[in-house]
Amino acid sequence: MKKILSGNEAIARGAYEAGVGFAAAYPGTPSTEVLECIAAGYPGIHAEWTPNEKVALEVAAGASYTGARAMAVMKHVGVNVAADPLMTLPYTLIRGGIVLVSADDPELFSSQNEQDNRHYARFAKIPLLEPTTSQEAKDFTKEAFKISEQFGTPVMLRTTTRISHSMGIVEMGEVAGQPVPSIERHPAEWVMLPANARVRHPLIEKRLLELKEYANSSPLNAVEMGDGKIGIISAGVAYQYAKEAFPGASFLKLGMPYPLPDRLVREFASKVDELWVVEELDPFMEDQIRALGIACRGKDRLPLCGELNPDIIGAAISGAAPEPFRKPALPGRPPSMCPGCPHRSLLWALRRNKAFIAGDIGCYTLGFLPPLSAIDTCLCMGAGINHAHGMATVFGPGKEKIAAVIGDSTFYHSGITGLTNLAYNHGVALVVILDNSTTAMTGAQDHPGTGVTIGGEQTIRLDLEKLVKALGIEWVKTVDPYDVKKTRKTIKAALAHDGPSVIISKAPCVLLRSKKVPGEPLCVDPEKCIGCKVCIGLGCPAIEFRDEKSSINSSCVGCGVCGELCAQGAIGGGK
Amino acid sequence: MNVLMTGVGGQGIILASDMLSDVMMRAGFDVKKSEIHGMAQRGGSVMSHVRYGRHVSSPLIPLGACDVLLSFEELEAARYVQYLKKGATVIINRYRLAPPSVISGGEPYPDILPVLREKTDTIVMVDGTKIAEDMGNPKGVNTILLGRLSTFLEADESLWIEAMNSMLKEKIRTANIEGFRRGRHA
Repeated sequence: MKKILSGNEAIARGAYEAGVGFAAAYPGTPSTEVLECIAAGYPGIHAEWTPNEKVALEVAAGASYTGARAMAVMKHVGVNVAADPLMTLPYTLIRGGIVLVSADDPELFSSQNEQDNRHYARFAKIPLLEPTTSQEAKDFTKEAFKISEQFGTPVMLRTTTRISHSMGIVEMGEVAGQPVPSIERHPAEWVMLPANARVRHPLIEKRLLELKEYANSSPLNAVEMGDGKIGIISAGVAYQYAKEAFPGASFLKLGMPYPLPDRLVREFASKVDELWVVEELDPFMEDQIRALGIACRGKDRLPLCGELNPDIIGAAISGAAPEPFRKPALPGRPPSMCPGCPHRSLLWALRRNKAFIAGDIGCYTLGFLPPLSAIDTCLCMGAGINHAHGMATVFGPGKEKIAAVIGDSTFYHSGITGLTNLAYNHGVALVVILDNSTTAMTGAQDHPGTGVTIGGEQTIRLDLEKLVKALGIEWVKTVDPYDVKKTRKTIKAALAHDGPSVIISKAPCVLLRSKKVPGEPLCVDPEKCIGCKVCIGLGCPAIEFRDEKSSINSSCVGCGVCGELCAQGAIGGGK
Repeated sequence: MNVLMTGVGGQGIILASDMLSDVMMRAGFDVKKSEIHGMAQRGGSVMSHVRYGRHVSSPLIPLGACDVLLSFEELEAARYVQYLKKGATVIINRYRLAPPSVISGGEPYPDILPVLREKTDTIVMVDGTKIAEDMGNPKGVNTILLGRLSTFLEADESLWIEAMNSMLKEKIRTANIEGFRRGRHA
């Protein structure tokens, strides 16, 4: 049977066909749909959202210790969070196959950096598989489990946005049964004390050599001879782009680029006049090929930054200047917070109170855009609280107004440790937890504060206020961000407080409640509007400014914030 | 064949391009499709590439190779003009959604026709949004536009109906198939 599947859907299907019993993930673009598809389509696989990626990889490892096949899925920067278990897991004995799916984001469509996670495979000394189509995404997932069990190693399956979110036709395959779990004890292989780990390390080095032999003969790495003039070594979606640009060239497609199949590369290089290595981001394969003493071209012409496409590759290899095109001068359309988003009024109020606002990862990061301009830093998950604490500590109590904003899901991911530190070290910064009861940016996934699992079952619902108090913060207030006056007053009191303070801004994501809560769209009385633009300062897509007056369009959900700000009382109507 | 769909996050472009891909698979073609999710869905500019034929390598349409552009919003039709082949067919939904700089009064909503005319004279305006509202199904713009698009593509109408029957929930199926048929004559 054939179906059109995205790369992520295909990986979920591959997991099912491979007999996976356990899958864990933290949502992150472009990886999110893998676990969602597993939970929705393959109920025989236990799926769980974990608070962060380190937990995901560790619970998957635990499942694999029973003999179950297990998978952990994350975006590229998520692997940074999971790097601690990732570096030692290869030392341990593998029972059930274990696969880490890393979804990278060249071009930074929805990320804070464009790191190349292939380096992690080399760093952790584990095999790396890279599909070039949805079909391969499915097939390579199965293959990854096979390699994992055959060689006793974790395997990294690496996609990029264009693999995860592109669709292609996939032929379904046979479904393997799930292994029966059992308790075994392997203290020498599972207790990574120095004495035990020291013994395991040489085994990793030996395994890598065996894997290199496997890569040399595996059909994952395929030679397609065309004319002998140009030979291209490529992997991932870059292979498809290069094939589009040079359909007649010879190709060595590396479905398993690490460990690099040295013999295969050497043999291919000897058959072509000019060897090119075409890969997105870093010269990962190119550097290793050069280290073999093989002359090749690649990053001397191909860009190190951003994603590739057939045009870039075509121009780079042929040496022709890319065809110039004039991008039409059109007004941009960046993403923005939704009309009625509860983050907007809170950020507006913080900015009005002249606070420096250390931000974090989530929809609220979009508050950085003008006219709101209410995010001053954004580094990585959980960093905002620590930024604020570091800054506020340098100035000391009462000197500068410094606040952090962090979403509820991000707080559970990696904000708790930061807040613990802030309380422990006599911090004075204000921390605002934007509790919209979901993981909004990635499309509304549940988390430990929502009371529901990925499977839709009822579960514990963390009480944020109690949790914050338990971490040692005494000054905690919960506000309704739509009540702007009260919110501003609370912010003022918190910033004046000479110890640590936390405000929980509690209102559900507007996407979750769009059917229930919104009143009628509000409207502006043009007689009363004096064109002061205070409402425009909210940056709400529902408020337009034309002919020196504000007006409200049909995207308004009637949250009422602009009406509360309007000193002229010109905004009314709705509910 | 290279079809580009453009518009604004939340307009149903992803579902529409899924449906086109499904139809072309039913028609026996190799199909690939690519788009961006995540941050782009928050009211940002959205673009979906659909390619079909005997064999498709790249999921991305090369510059200057797009045969048909379907835009759900007027301004977004002009944003990716560099993808258009000379003489390409451009289908535009008559609907304007002002971007932030226009909303805040910073600049006027641009005239897009001169930008497009540098590449092609085949520009088809469709009252998709109005038809959907008249039908009492404002969310059905995408199937109306697909109806218009289908008249420029190879696949038989029956394959589209099959795809809609298999991809749409029963509750909205009839209204959307009706919209699709209206779109074919819009």
